[in-house]
Amino acid sequence: MKILDGKVPPGPIATKWEQYKSTIPLVSPNNKLRLDVIVVGTGLAGAAAAASLGELGYNVKCFTFHDSPRRAHSIAAQGGINAAKNYQNDGDSIHRLFYDTVKGGDYRAREGNVHRLAECSTSIIDQCVAQGVPFAREYGGLLENRSFGGVQVSRTFYARGQTGQQLLLGAYQALSRQIALGTVTMYNRHEMMDVVLIDGKARGIIARNLLNGELERHSAHCVIMATGGYGNVFYLSTNAMGCNVSAAWRAVRQGAYMANPCFTQIHPTCIPVSGDYQSKLTLMSESLRNDGRIWVPKSKEDAEAIRTGKKKAIDLTEDQRDYFLERRYPAFGNLVPRDVASRAAKVACDEGHGVNATGLAVYLDFEAAIQRYGKSEAGNQGNHNPDAATIRKLGEAKVEELYGNLFEMYEKITGDDPYKTPMMIYPAIHYTMGGLWVDYNLETNIPGLFALGECNFSDHGANRLGASALMQGLADGYFVIPYTVGTFLANEIRTPRFSTDSPEFVATEKAVDDRIKALMNVQGNESVENFHRRLGHIMWDYCGMARNEEGLKKALVMIRELRAEFHKNVFVPGSDRDFNPELEKAYRVADFMEMGELMVMDALTRNESCGGHFREEYTADNEAKRNDEEYAYVSAWEWTDLNAAPTLHKEPLKFEYVELKTRSYK
Amino acid sequence: MSNMKLTLHIWRQRNANDTGTFETHTVEANEHMSFLEMLDVLNQGLIEQKKIPVAFEHDCREGICGACSMVINGRPHGLLGGTTVCQLHMRFFKDGDHIWVEPFRAKAFKVIRDLVVDRSSFDRIIQAGGYVSVNTGGTPDGNAIPIEKDIASQSMDAAACIGCGACVAACPNGSAMLFTAAKASHLGLLPQGEVENSRRVQAMVHQHDKEGFGRCSNTYACEAECPKEISVTNIARLNRWYLKSSLGSNV
Repeated sequence: MKILDGKVPPGPIATKWEQYKSTIPLVSPNNKLRLDVIVVGTGLAGAAAAASLGELGYNVKCFTFHDSPRRAHSIAAQGGINAAKNYQNDGDSIHRLFYDTVKGGDYRAREGNVHRLAECSTSIIDQCVAQGVPFAREYGGLLENRSFGGVQVSRTFYARGQTGQQLLLGAYQALSRQIALGTVTMYNRHEMMDVVLIDGKARGIIARNLLNGELERHSAHCVIMATGGYGNVFYLSTNAMGCNVSAAWRAVRQGAYMANPCFTQIHPTCIPVSGDYQSKLTLMSESLRNDGRIWVPKSKEDAEAIRTGKKKAIDLTEDQRDYFLERRYPAFGNLVPRDVASRAAKVACDEGHGVNATGLAVYLDFEAAIQRYGKSEAGNQGNHNPDAATIRKLGEAKVEELYGNLFEMYEKITGDDPYKTPMMIYPAIHYTMGGLWVDYNLETNIPGLFALGECNFSDHGANRLGASALMQGLADGYFVIPYTVGTFLANEIRTPRFSTDSPEFVATEKAVDDRIKALMNVQGNESVENFHRRLGHIMWDYCGMARNEEGLKKALVMIRELRAEFHKNVFVPGSDRDFNPELEKAYRVADFMEMGELMVMDALTRNESCGGHFREEYTADNEAKRNDEEYAYVSAWEWTDLNAAPTLHKEPLKFEYVELKTRSYK
Repeated sequence: MSNMKLTLHIWRQRNANDTGTFETHTVEANEHMSFLEMLDVLNQGLIEQKKIPVAFEHDCREGICGACSMVINGRPHGLLGGTTVCQLHMRFFKDGDHIWVEPFRAKAFKVIRDLVVDRSSFDRIIQAGGYVSVNTGGTPDGNAIPIEKDIASQSMDAAACIGCGACVAACPNGSAMLFTAAKASHLGLLPQGEVENSRRVQAMVHQHDKEGFGRCSNTYACEAECPKEISVTNIARLNRWYLKSSLGSNV
């Protein structure tokens, strides 16, 4: 075991980043032209990094497996992006955003990184406005904010329910401008298959051209990965179908450390599973919890009656309902952080109060909001004694203005009208806080290999607060990596461009080719999809919302068996040197199997409950119980040889500015 | 849950040079599935028979990434207005239905495989000028320039475009004017984007034509099929801006 150094610069936290920035060595403009940078991924972090580095004059090559950079899954983020602008004069500040994020992450994030994130947040809003991101605005023309889970100020900026889309389009457009200017060469439909190391430094990648299956070698002075999270290990998640861990996992197999893999986020408000054929889960934005009240029937008999269709939600009177979040957490109510809300919903359902046919759903009810908004709107119109119909009409109109597209999406999927009957929701895998271990410079333990956005582990600890993923992706891409990449590249100005004929490129390409051929040659009898679904079941059952030692040990055996079976019995149709989406799925699922195993091992070694990692053995008063004495560290796993056990390295976490407390939202 | 047996006539084409043909399959579905999940069932069956599954583009399955793209019974994204294929659920079909599934067809969208087409022309239209020319850093405070709520809202309406290409598939001329106009409007309506509006509309329209998209003849088919219900008003706005910028005077 090694003790890792996060390389957080010295100095008071509030000025650390500013001071450090001014000491990072610079690369002169003429030298930048001679330095090649590979950026893998075009979500918020990748597109922002590629565009910004291109603007600075680096010679950037950017890769995405999508047909266009604009399709990266950042596009699907709904609710918003946090920034400590304090435009609302409600007591927000950089320090408060920093504090909320460290606390929200259950004290498992690195203070220095989080403070920098909070500092960068304000510039992000300015940048995006300048790019033409159409944020929501007040009548006076200024930017509008809303509140989000886990905090008590309104600091979330949004563009209807499509904030991720608008921010990504801003970054995509900035990237497109650099492509047109020739500073960035874009490789669409190219998937990173491996990273190439020369003398221990990341000097390129092997990419697969998805149109014809050809393997390509691309060299650079450094490689920046912004390849997202690994939520699809669970098969069913709110991630897009293509989201995968392969790029990050291949880096791990080359020696990069995977940090905190067991920290996965379950989002409380998703549309419940409806059947075995289901391919993915749909998120209903957290912003809905601003106005929606979560409840289940107080009595199990009523819940049973609802499940069998004998009763409806609206048949239950107020005193027959249990608004369990408001009851258990009066201070935050329905706005408790995601991990807390998810577990509470699970408990309600496990105790027999679930409301859909499968018993795995709770209500999210807007009736109170419709009534409240209706009365207030009527008052605005001078009608101080409105009738019920008027209240409902005006209230529904206001709710539509706030959440219209989400309500519409819900109705499209379920066929139910949430203006008339409460939504049914259930937690689902949404985000992964774990990721490649990086230091303060966002550099992994492999020199020259950087990881940004959801791909790294650094800022969210054991639980991410709502509207913070977009903030982190853009902070990393626009405002951190353009500076910190200099720590590596300033020493490379005399390094000539790398030939792709070197033995390292040849050997890595061959290893990739062998791996692909091995999958093609299995010619078994079971589809990739089936294996993925089976893996997902194991992960969800034993390494999902609640975990225990016995289950995790069982999962470990099951995953290993499944992995062995996969390599003996998977069937991949078609040919490898061809457009072949099934083959893409196959090599991604192969990597998910290995990643899943590591997640379980991480969960087993972390004998505490914190954030998204809830170990049933470690609780107090039905709440998660952290163990700061023994577990205030980042676990960083090294696993290059699958035949040997992975090695656990640790980065101890020091908290100098935030006092470690039991996280309470009561 | 009601189950249904469907007959699919689905387009199979190996590549852009292949002529392609409809292939007929039967598939069992239920009303809760999305259209794409029904295709997953079809593909699962094909894989079990060791056949090549039908290639189709898809990713987020939430109606926002713009990847999914197919014509169902003659309509891009199917019969439901304001909906992408991934959000179209099988309860809108009934037992015994015959469903015809084709790729988005247009001169500028070459078929890659089956229902997958090449839409990189859209990227090149954006690269021609669909951005605001600001670098990272050094931008003014987000609240420095107030923007009228209604203008911001109109800009957002246009910015909602997901770049799927349904407008092109719907258009008898294979025109991408709705796509181009949506981006021009999104940016041009805002004070930040207005600065380089003339240059932008000229460059984007020029690239649009160069990619082989047809001219707009106001059939409004694009608006009818757009999953994000982008209005043709944007095309009128683009035309006005284009004409103005073509006259060569800013006075």
